[in-house]
Amino acid sequence: MTVRNLRIYAPLALYGIFLLLPFYWMIVTTFKSSAELLNTPNPFLIFHFTLSHITDLLTQTQYGRWFANTLFISVGATVLSVFISYIAAYAIIRLRFPGWQAVSTAIFLAYIVPPAILFIPLATVIIQLHWFDQLWALIPIYATFLVPFCTWLLIGFLKTVPRELEEAARVDGASNVAILWKIIFPIAVPGLISAAIFSFTLSWNEYLYALVYMSSSGNKTVSVGMTTELIRGDVFQWGQLMAGALIGVLPAVLVYFFFVEYYVAGLSGSVKE
Amino acid sequence: MTGGSRLGSRFDSPRVLGYLLIAPAAILLLGLIAYPLIWGVWLSMTSATLGDTGAFVGLHNYAVILADPVFRGAAMFSVLYTVFAEAGKLALGLALALLLNQSFRGQRSARALMLLPWVAPTVLSALAWLWLLDPQFSAVSWLLVHLHVISRNLDFLGTPATARASLIVVNIWRGLPYFAIGYLAGLQSISKDLYEAAAIDGATGWQAFRRITWPLLAPITTILVAFSSIFTLTDFQLIWTITRGGPTDATQVFTTLAYQRAIVSGQLGEGAAIAISPIVFMIVLAFFVMRSVRER
Repeated sequence: MTVRNLRIYAPLALYGIFLLLPFYWMIVTTFKSSAELLNTPNPFLIFHFTLSHITDLLTQTQYGRWFANTLFISVGATVLSVFISYIAAYAIIRLRFPGWQAVSTAIFLAYIVPPAILFIPLATVIIQLHWFDQLWALIPIYATFLVPFCTWLLIGFLKTVPRELEEAARVDGASNVAILWKIIFPIAVPGLISAAIFSFTLSWNEYLYALVYMSSSGNKTVSVGMTTELIRGDVFQWGQLMAGALIGVLPAVLVYFFFVEYYVAGLSGSVKE
Repeated sequence: MTGGSRLGSRFDSPRVLGYLLIAPAAILLLGLIAYPLIWGVWLSMTSATLGDTGAFVGLHNYAVILADPVFRGAAMFSVLYTVFAEAGKLALGLALALLLNQSFRGQRSARALMLLPWVAPTVLSALAWLWLLDPQFSAVSWLLVHLHVISRNLDFLGTPATARASLIVVNIWRGLPYFAIGYLAGLQSISKDLYEAAAIDGATGWQAFRRITWPLLAPITTILVAFSSIFTLTDFQLIWTITRGGPTDATQVFTTLAYQRAIVSGQLGEGAAIAISPIVFMIVLAFFVMRSVRER
């Protein structure tokens, strides 16, 4: 019994140390006095607790603005993408319009085109559209990688919804639109939640597009603001940087812990479908 | 049905409604993915700079980058980074999945906590790694010195070999949970009967893994590796935050170099050529993903 326990918990502890170390480090650094950051008998402990890094971050930098920007963009991109993806997935799975197979393949291909090969030509498109340095423009831009992902996830989900329900409704004279909103929508809620939390996490995580397409300080996201404005030259304000990282990690982690089962189901689903 | 029912029923036909519902997705993907993709190929064959549309120069940019030792170094490190990081994620992810697939107290919390690196925004955790690997105040060095593994602080990001190794380790850190969850789903779909039959035949744990687990996980392995490789090969956030491609271009990859040439220096044509070049590898990877998705 104890040998078996040891064989599980010992490797698990090693994984835990490796996987959680950066988060522990963020917390420790955030609440440590500046003097202690550079000179300490043990860097993993806090000897002089302080909140000054957090108050400095919130009062002396634009961090609050960047946080609000990231929240606005992430929520906007999530709502837009889940809506577009839901109606697209329904059309592909249930309406079987001519060419649905080509569309579904195209969406899958769009899913595996990484932003890294698009960001340069997309920059010229953004400039032509006068979207450059417009915060809201990140919403449709983020939708380009969220919609393929969500549509793919929802296609997999809608496949599992039995047809009998809508056939019964159809016999009763319900239109396709009514079926879309009144019959399928309530059943699809778990799938929609999965799609929404993934969209939120991916938007919160995005960096390259926001880095390239936003330029004024007031339009930056947390990740971009921190790496372009809090790091200047070789001077690193580690207390402020780790406080910013910690606060910036929180929304993603809170959403995650609140919906952890949807996450696991969605991730497993994206592998299976 | 009353009133505008004729219009309503035409609008409700699968064909019309189908196109209507797919239209927003189609406009978005055609306008902001397909068009930029084609435009990017064109751009890579021009002398465009930021602020000047430039002229058609054929394959000149490709000839320039292929002769450029910095680009060749970036291509080489991109591949090296991908191969080592994928191997690490596969091995450690699978081992973690096997561990989490057993029943023990706290299994659900362990599973939830292990996914954190994948959930947290990459740039923010990369900043924590940057500070952990600091040349003077590195906590990792402090730990290794106190465990008597090394005698003095290592400058992790200061020399090419250690900087490369550090980035690979951080990439494994970030992607391992994704592999673990994928494999965990795969393990849970394998019938317990197979293991019972193997046990009756006197198979050892390793034999059961070799003959049952590994072959049955093969399709998932293909998807996980191919999919993860596409994004590792074109990684930007991690490397840009931690090393910016340094020291002296030792950790430059396709995307960091494309960003520097196109956005920082304004050489759009050359940058576009660099950004497009990993497509050669990605077509191969996409083929594997498509094939295993179809097979399922």
